[in-house]
Amino acid sequence: MAAFRRYLRSPAPVLGLVLLMAVIAMALCADLVFPRDPLALAGRPLQWPGTNPRFWLGTDGSGRDIAAQIFHGARVSLLIGVVATAIAIALGIAIGAVAGFYGGGVDTVLMRVTEAFQTLPNFILLLVLVAVFGSDIVTVTVSIGAVSWPAPARLTRAEVLSLRNREFVLACRTLGMGDLRLILGEILPNALPPVIVYASVVMAVAILLESALAFLGLSDPNVASWGNLIGTGRTVIRSEWYVSAIPGVAILVTVLAVSLVGQGLNDALNPRLKERT
Amino acid sequence: MKFLAYAARRLAASLPTLLILLAGLFVLLQFAPGDTVDALMAQAGGGDAVMAAELRRFYGLDLSVPERLAAYLWRLVRLDLGFSAIYNKPVATVILERLTPTLLLMASSLSLAFAAGMVLGVLAARRVNGWPDTVISTLGLIFYATPSFWFGLMGIVVFAVKLAWLPPGGYGTVGAGYAGLRLMLDIAWHLILPTVTLALIFLAIYLRIMRAAMLEVLNLDFVRAARAKGLSETRVLVRHVLRNALLPMVTLIGLQAGTMLGGSVVVESVFSLPGLGRLAYESVVQRDLNTLLGIVFVSAILVIVVNFVVDLLYAKLDPRITATG
Repeated sequence: MAAFRRYLRSPAPVLGLVLLMAVIAMALCADLVFPRDPLALAGRPLQWPGTNPRFWLGTDGSGRDIAAQIFHGARVSLLIGVVATAIAIALGIAIGAVAGFYGGGVDTVLMRVTEAFQTLPNFILLLVLVAVFGSDIVTVTVSIGAVSWPAPARLTRAEVLSLRNREFVLACRTLGMGDLRLILGEILPNALPPVIVYASVVMAVAILLESALAFLGLSDPNVASWGNLIGTGRTVIRSEWYVSAIPGVAILVTVLAVSLVGQGLNDALNPRLKERT
Repeated sequence: MKFLAYAARRLAASLPTLLILLAGLFVLLQFAPGDTVDALMAQAGGGDAVMAAELRRFYGLDLSVPERLAAYLWRLVRLDLGFSAIYNKPVATVILERLTPTLLLMASSLSLAFAAGMVLGVLAARRVNGWPDTVISTLGLIFYATPSFWFGLMGIVVFAVKLAWLPPGGYGTVGAGYAGLRLMLDIAWHLILPTVTLALIFLAIYLRIMRAAMLEVLNLDFVRAARAKGLSETRVLVRHVLRNALLPMVTLIGLQAGTMLGGSVVVESVFSLPGLGRLAYESVVQRDLNTLLGIVFVSAILVIVVNFVVDLLYAKLDPRITATG
């Protein structure tokens, strides 16, 4: 509770929380406010925002309602962000915990693999995965998760390394606890907080990665993704620039909200760091 | 000297990793639906099965996977990246033609992000929690959250379409036939918007790290000693604090080299620059897997080289590293 009160004390994390709630609300009520398929033809193409009360954010080049795509896009962005982050963090924790706990040869091999992944630019690796496995939404989400695990893995490994020879762990070992119980029951609960906070960074990057992929037309074309909308708006960028501008603001706000909440959590959970700066 | 040996050892250690990585990717690419020949046939508007089989034999696609992997790795050792059926040229040639714009873009973005991030970070740290700090930190957060392709598009709208100050894209004025200095200026002119676009996200990261590093160092004893000696505030900041705060910034260059290459895929597509990133995108669309693998190889090499240089730079900046080896 003390951490929660610390979180609410400064304005930036509160703003982040409010923005994030707004995006989540948009995602939840997308079907209520815009029950029709957001990718279906809705009216005359390229109507500017405010010119037609039916489409308050206007229509894009193929006559689709932009507001509907923004609401449904919130759902896609959040879903991809959360699922990809969960995959990346789970993979990272598993690999990092095993490497840090066992050390030696296992550690060397796993860290080599991690380094190999980090040598390769993750967007280029993502391109390779999409080229191989196709670009439906499930594949894209799993691929984003699969390129984002090295950093959480390194973080978990470092935490586990610093914990594995502490007295309480040695005590549990003397009691005859098995490795799995030691890792899951004793070490990980203590190693997790920084990794969970780092999840916000992973999620922000995941949302940006998906939008970049969608912008290039390499993500699923059958879902209302903000990146897709920016990509289609590109053809009319010289005159109807609002088609690309509006979804960009949505991405910016979402990523900003996620980062602010992450930073707030970090400061709330590590109060000493906050006081130093 | 000891440090040089250490850096060289790290360089040598990264080579087997690279080979394993490429072998893994090669096997992965075998799962891709459709191969180069399919793409070629589609481009040519179809063809019969006999022709497809003949083309496959010509490009060595009729061999088994292990045979092709062995052949691929052996060619790689000799730095032969294979042949691109789409461009009808060796992959190495295709990549070399596209390398310059990307290197220019990366170098200029990195310099901009580093310099601006350093200055803004120092300014923010000088008055912690004052209004310049708040403004700079907020800007940093916003830059970090901005999708670079969107910022690029908006840059085109504002500076190329509305104000007509800068070109909307391309790597030089088409058909102008400039040479020498004029050509260089023309290219620089076209690279202004892409550079700012690519630098934005890294600027945000650098400024945050610089601010944190400055604050960290400002509290150390030697800074108090420098102040007690009666040095001016500027001298304390520049000669004592800055030098030490720069270390994490340099580390970051190595860590970010790969991300920057990934970012250039998007930025080059937005500004239609004929660089490596755009080539990566095109080879995904055209199923030119040989070229894609070649790009992966070259990017990995690039990242390894940047990290090697960073290691050397680190030793130069921090003599303690050399001393302890």
